[in-house]
Amino acid sequence: MSRIANRFAALAGKKALIPFITAGDPNPGLTVSLMHGLVEGGADIIELGVPFSDPMADGPVIQRASERALAHKVGLKDVLAMVVEFRKTDDVTPVVLMGYLNPVFAMGYTEFSKAARAAGVDGVLTVDCPPEEAGELAAALSAESVDPIFLLAPTTPEARVAEVARLARGYVYYVSLKGVTGAANLDIDEVGRKIAALRQHLSLPIGVGFGIRDGETARRVAEVADAVVVGSRLVQEIEAATPETAKERLTALVAGLKSAIGA
Amino acid sequence: MDRYDMPDARGHFGPYGGIYVAETLMAALDELKAEYERAKNDPAFWEEYRYELKHYVGRPSPVYHARRLSEKLGGAQIYLKREDLNHTGAHKVNNTIGQALLARRMGKKRVIAETGAGQHGVASATVAARYGMECVVYMGAEDVKRQAPNVYRMKLLGATVVPVESGSKTLKDALNEAMRDWVTNVDSTFYILGTAAGPHPYPMLVRDFQCVIGDEAKVQMPEMIGRQPDVVVACVGGGSNAIGMFYPYIDVSGVRIVGVEAGGDGVASGRHAAPLSAGKPGVLHGFKSYLMQDENGQIVETHSVSAGLDYPGVGPEHSYLKDLGRAEYDAINDDEALAAFHELCRSEGIIPALESSHALAWAIKHAPTMGKDQVILVNLSGRGDKDINTVAGLSGIQL
Repeated sequence: MSRIANRFAALAGKKALIPFITAGDPNPGLTVSLMHGLVEGGADIIELGVPFSDPMADGPVIQRASERALAHKVGLKDVLAMVVEFRKTDDVTPVVLMGYLNPVFAMGYTEFSKAARAAGVDGVLTVDCPPEEAGELAAALSAESVDPIFLLAPTTPEARVAEVARLARGYVYYVSLKGVTGAANLDIDEVGRKIAALRQHLSLPIGVGFGIRDGETARRVAEVADAVVVGSRLVQEIEAATPETAKERLTALVAGLKSAIGA
Repeated sequence: MDRYDMPDARGHFGPYGGIYVAETLMAALDELKAEYERAKNDPAFWEEYRYELKHYVGRPSPVYHARRLSEKLGGAQIYLKREDLNHTGAHKVNNTIGQALLARRMGKKRVIAETGAGQHGVASATVAARYGMECVVYMGAEDVKRQAPNVYRMKLLGATVVPVESGSKTLKDALNEAMRDWVTNVDSTFYILGTAAGPHPYPMLVRDFQCVIGDEAKVQMPEMIGRQPDVVVACVGGGSNAIGMFYPYIDVSGVRIVGVEAGGDGVASGRHAAPLSAGKPGVLHGFKSYLMQDENGQIVETHSVSAGLDYPGVGPEHSYLKDLGRAEYDAINDDEALAAFHELCRSEGIIPALESSHALAWAIKHAPTMGKDQVILVNLSGRGDKDINTVAGLSGIQL
């Protein structure tokens, strides 16, 4: 069983907390330590953002994180090296790379999938690669036992859910709102209704993200979802901290979210 | 070759094109595709489109024989397809009218657009005023500074111009921001994309709305010279004026098709905007095509004297036509384009856009190597009034 499946099995119905940070933000030397900090705070799975020059689906907070990482020239190979480093002392926490397709396409799907597996990556989510275009990448990832993870959205028609379910492994990521990461228009009742509908077609765990900014929202989302993804709020914390205090502040914030979702 | 019939049902031009967007936009693109299919088969839609092009835009645009220029060069005869004479001063309006009519069919009251030099922004603001829609235009903060007159033009027309401060603060970042707006306001908003790029169905529908350029030329050239030209040439940024000229000629054998990219300081210098000449395939802004990128797949900053060509990607159909060998792509540097700009001003009394000056420069470079009975048709995609500050600045003149 993969680390992701193991993790959800071990939670036995408790809700997973999935924090997101951008690799290389605020500097490449800090990322592995911040990842361990997330785990200390109670992260069940880590989503590690791969910086990209044109993050179309991201709000200003994660755009700035990408820019800070790119100022240090952090590329996909560097991100994989960070996962290798992380795995030296943590062989159980699943790591999912989240980013845009072009860096992966530039490396080549097969080469990337092999490198991801060798580094200890468990899942890959490329936000601008919907299932219609993902056949080749999903096959390359699956061949290396790396889970291709897909988004579902409030606008996704029911007929497409089956298409996503066919390729998706690990968990699916439900985008809680129409908008970019970090937006502020989350309607939790609507999320609940939509997730109930999704479960008709999906057996995988469902994570919910975009716009979850505090413990109370996380708690309410956890009532309807299997996992809660928090990104922009954590990246903001890194932005506000100094490199010396970032880990401590991040760990505390994650611990607060973890206790809010009651796991 | 079999009759050319691209894209396929999922928007692929061979390996290029497609739909590479976040899940939230998939339904909106499906809806747009379905509405366009209905409109395509609705004679009343095209009747209104053609009426608007005739009475509002002033089409057909003439073809003009640049006799003095041709004589001076001593080779091929240069003809100009005068898209610069359209209302708003460029080919962009052919597309914005088509898309605004689609928006109206879909009941969308708010339109958004991205713009680089401001021509597409002006053309979008124009049609929004014409059809009574709210219009928001995203423009890189750098371009807002460089193109102040067009910013004011858009405001006069009632549009809101939003300066984009992220990334390189140019066209590509404006496109990112327009996509972010669309994903947030997807129920109420129609995205008027300005070039033959982006996710399917945009490359196809922008092409279809711009094809009027080549369709007219195909009728006008035989009227003027008794045959089709030997070469058609157009500048390529995203590639909408070029595909509008090229597409009707793809199946006409014997017509050489040449796209001209922005060579900036020279393709060898690395400071250019010529992905077909020096890039490699990748994925950006919803489609797969040749791109300017580094070894990590990050998009690199581009350079061109012409803001309208200053874009790291290119419409997917151009990538396909390049690989197919049906069109060839060349690059013209800033200095060559500027020289062509001045040449047309002085020899024909026409101030061309800096974008179009790239196509013109190619013709000026190659006409002398061709026979006097040969004909090059240049798509003069826009007029250069918007560029006079740039040109004056490069000559050390403060206006």
